[in-house]
Amino acid sequence: MSGTGIGASVRRKEDLRFVRGAGKYTDDMNLQGQAYAYILRSPHAHAAIKSIDASSAASSDGVVAVYTSEDMAAVGGIPCGWQVHGKDGSPMHEPKHPALAEGKVRHVGDPVAVVIAESREQARDAAEMIDVDYDVLEAVLDMNQAITDDSPNVHDDVGTNVCYDWALGDPDVVNEAFSNAAHVAKLDLINNRLIPNAIEPRCAIGDFDQASGQYTLHTTSQNPHVIRLLMGAFVLGIPEHKLRVNAPDVGGGFGSKIYHYAEEAIVTWSAAQLNRPVKWTADRSESFISDAHGRDHVTSVELALDENGKFLALRESTLANMGAYLSTFAPCIPTYLHATLLAGQYSTPLVYCEIKAVFTNTVPVDAYRGAGRPEATYLLERIVQVAADQMGLDPTEIRRRNFIQPDQFPYQTPVALVYDTGDYESSLNKALESSDYAGFAARKEASKAAGKLRGIGVSSYIEACGIAPSNVVGSLGARAGLYEAATIRVNPTGSISVLTGSHSHGQGHETTFAQVVSEKLGVDIDSVEIVHGDTDKIPFGMGTYGSRSIAVGGTAIVNALDKIIAKGKKIAAHLLEASESDIEFENGSFVVPGTDKAKAFGEIALTAYVPHQYPLEELEPGLEETAFYDPKNFTFPAGTYICEVEVDPETGVVDIASFHATDDFGTVINPMIVEGQVHGGLVQGIGQALLESAAYDENGQLLSGSYMDYTMPRASDVPSFSVDTTVTVCGHNPLGVKGCGEAGAIGSPPAVINAILNALAEVGVTNIDMPATPHRVWQAIRNAQAS
Amino acid sequence: MYSFDYKSPSSLSEAVAMLQSSDDGLLLAGGHTLLPTMKQRLASASDLIDLGGVSELRGISVSGDAVTVGAMTTHAEVAASSDVRGAISALADLAGGIGDPQVRNAGTIGGSIANSDPSADYPAALVGLCATVNTNSRSIAAEDFFTGMFETALAENEIITSVSFHIPKCAAYCKFPNPASRYAIVGVMFADCSHGMRVAVTGAGPSVFRVSEMESALAQSCAASSIADISISADGLNSDIHASAEYRAHLVTVMAKRAVEKACASC
Ligand SMILES: Cc1cc2nc3c(=O)[nH]c(=O)nc-3n(C[C@H](O)[C@H](O)[C@H](O)COP(=O)(O)OP(=O)(O)OC[C@H]3O[C@@H](n4cnc5c(N)ncnc54)[C@H](O)[C@@H]3O)c2cc1C
Repeated sequence: MSGTGIGASVRRKEDLRFVRGAGKYTDDMNLQGQAYAYILRSPHAHAAIKSIDASSAASSDGVVAVYTSEDMAAVGGIPCGWQVHGKDGSPMHEPKHPALAEGKVRHVGDPVAVVIAESREQARDAAEMIDVDYDVLEAVLDMNQAITDDSPNVHDDVGTNVCYDWALGDPDVVNEAFSNAAHVAKLDLINNRLIPNAIEPRCAIGDFDQASGQYTLHTTSQNPHVIRLLMGAFVLGIPEHKLRVNAPDVGGGFGSKIYHYAEEAIVTWSAAQLNRPVKWTADRSESFISDAHGRDHVTSVELALDENGKFLALRESTLANMGAYLSTFAPCIPTYLHATLLAGQYSTPLVYCEIKAVFTNTVPVDAYRGAGRPEATYLLERIVQVAADQMGLDPTEIRRRNFIQPDQFPYQTPVALVYDTGDYESSLNKALESSDYAGFAARKEASKAAGKLRGIGVSSYIEACGIAPSNVVGSLGARAGLYEAATIRVNPTGSISVLTGSHSHGQGHETTFAQVVSEKLGVDIDSVEIVHGDTDKIPFGMGTYGSRSIAVGGTAIVNALDKIIAKGKKIAAHLLEASESDIEFENGSFVVPGTDKAKAFGEIALTAYVPHQYPLEELEPGLEETAFYDPKNFTFPAGTYICEVEVDPETGVVDIASFHATDDFGTVINPMIVEGQVHGGLVQGIGQALLESAAYDENGQLLSGSYMDYTMPRASDVPSFSVDTTVTVCGHNPLGVKGCGEAGAIGSPPAVINAILNALAEVGVTNIDMPATPHRVWQAIRNAQAS
Repeated sequence: MYSFDYKSPSSLSEAVAMLQSSDDGLLLAGGHTLLPTMKQRLASASDLIDLGGVSELRGISVSGDAVTVGAMTTHAEVAASSDVRGAISALADLAGGIGDPQVRNAGTIGGSIANSDPSADYPAALVGLCATVNTNSRSIAAEDFFTGMFETALAENEIITSVSFHIPKCAAYCKFPNPASRYAIVGVMFADCSHGMRVAVTGAGPSVFRVSEMESALAQSCAASSIADISISADGLNSDIHASAEYRAHLVTVMAKRAVEKACASC
């Protein structure tokens, strides 16, 4: 390991500008002549629009234009990027998602009109003058009710609220296994709806140059090329060469900034209508009702076991909330990113999963940190715990009996995936050790003496990162490829620009990727610049989500670096008058082993650009290479989390006494950054388990629509984490990396809830839903005592 | 935010005059309630009269059996004041538990009580510690000051100048915070003072209230065990996504017990 190479905890290069407040976010940009857009949003969950009178708004001070759906009639709907087919083979229902509501509003926050004015306040003043005559309709909220025949429909032209009815597995074989099983554990649970709450609200600036016909969209996106493709091709009809999408520094995404949003199309289209830049920035209240939400499953799960606690079969039935419209990747989240993870770390031979995706009058739901995998892990690790309790087995023992063993890899699961590497028992053992699992009984006694209930919870999660390969996901309905691209541009004096399709919005790519380059080329990390976010600069790449950046984007970088080294060898061979096959690249120099012949990397770079002594007949000058990498498989990080809680039975308050995480992420490039990613994920997972919930009232109004009521985790809500790793390297990418961005959020919720239920067992509580707020815990204790 | 005229008086009399001569003037203290409401366009004013420059409204003094806190004194100043801590540590604790550091560094006692938020902390302190609210024209007993949810006895154009707290023999405040906002879901101020035993509850109901049954039991025997079995009715209590009325009623007893325990320990 070099000082700045793979395995070094290099301090984040980007932090220097962030901690000085010198980051450049979209809202920091102000273009000459820019006007401001304010979006008038629906105050109702479900209503017909009888009329819109915008006449007085249009003549209000400073107003440049007011647009409604009529003005945007020629603009296409917001597209969905994944088509799921139901179990009968029929395609999902894909109702139109207009940029501005057409005839009907379908959730509180649905955009109805846009006012563009000289200032933001003038736009808002004018928006108040728009008279929308609504005919309020019954809101569709409860999924169980939504799928019945007498429910009103969110989309009248669809005629049902079931978007698709999908299944994986053979129900007959699974049912048979259940009827012959010695034990069956059952559980009904809810995976609570979450609001992503990235620290930077969304912002979009549209710009149009009439002379060249060139459009630019500056936006808070995790994947600018995807936005360019979706908005250009499907919504506005702008060819790629006339559309630049730039996502500069972005303050967090957690999935919510993957999607193409109506506001992006609105500002880009308006900029061309008005021939001036148009800027829109969400305020926080707007983010709550316009950023895609996450999770929201209502699930029944059953596990069949033999008399020794071996899992025989798993059966899941889930209603997955889509919200009012299909967000970009929504359909694949509860299906291909969920059901495929139901084997977990276990050798369960049979799985059947059926998912009904349901339209409701709520904000659209899409991927949120973990996306489908937290839901799978939650139900699986909860039902395993229920089974262990019923059979009187220690939670670690039941897991050990069912773990896929190290010699079984590659392991074909019954749910389509092939796990490449892993060693689940090692992570479990390490977590048991660091959490002093054996000493729990004594700690429980001590808590009891203080009037508290103590519990311990285990969760052994698996996740799948870097969704791939493209041909497989294509056959499953993806309307995009899932490769990544990188260009390595070695500049004449040896500095290096890395142009990557991955996008950093908090992950630290500018450091991690630079470490990979530093390691591979033996160059100083400060001579490496990571360029991302601007479609005019970077090659066509798919962006960052699903913990794909190091496994997919990092591999594209490595492959491009290999091409650089290969070309460098040719140049060195010429300079050293040696055969190309005799040249080795070591520690930043091209050498002929066993001789003193050597050329430093910088010399080769200079020669490539000043090709005086150069094999010009055989080799092009310059040193710049691009690689597109389409992975052979997902990567499979896995680990075991152990959570210990102390519950105050008088108030229901849950205190997390300790939390231990042991993860296998394969090769770790920067341990400090990885630890930070785990911490962040754990906090979000604990937030889901204890604090966060998007609550709607019976009219579809969001009750938790601000931080007065939506409980974001604070530092004081979480313990000081103990974080550790075990390593089995990924077998199918050159770095051996697996990805670490989502694990914390995936593995932690069941660890917390299992711990709470372990604590509450002695007072008779057997189930609790997330978030396990004090009120809920107190109520559960009270109900158990009453019965 | 709708536009308004910003005014910056440097004395109380100037502030009163500005308020009287404005069409629809509003006083600005720490702005932590008023400004967000204005930004959301739920409140508007012709004139915003900033009390920040009125030095006579700031500061803390102790004399005889009272601690007097100027209306523009921030929660952080009350929390950090050694005078307050020495005389009524429960009051310093209460102020130090409001919101977060940003809120405490800006929010003021005058703004808090004028707003009369049902889940604000100070109302429990005022009623529990037999305080008097002083205004530019009169003095009002705390129990008469809070008249309902977001309602007070303040007349139009009346400005709170200070609050005088009666120094108790011992007192303690225990709060069950809203996990999101940190306002009180239930906050109980217990005080043993020359007026007798006081148990004042904020957060649970539409406005601060006393629990006389607990007060009499504590007068008999000042111990947590005397009130452990006293439960209050959930009827009329607040209910929201964080806590039902029943849960709030339960928490009143728990917080009251804990306040008594804490006070007794320091007595
Ligand atoms: C995130 C957050 C968390 C909070 N948490 C808590 C908490 O845990 N506990 C708690 O008790 N409070 C809490 N608060 C409220 C805060 O502490 C302030 O007390 C409150 O915002 C009002 O005080 P202010 O000085 O900011 O008043 P302002 O917002 O400036 O004014 C409030 C109202 O009082 C009027 N007013 C102000 N001063 C006077 C005066 N001298 N005479 C007459 N009228 C006056 C104003 O005109 C206005 O109507 C919280 C606030 C926020 C934003």
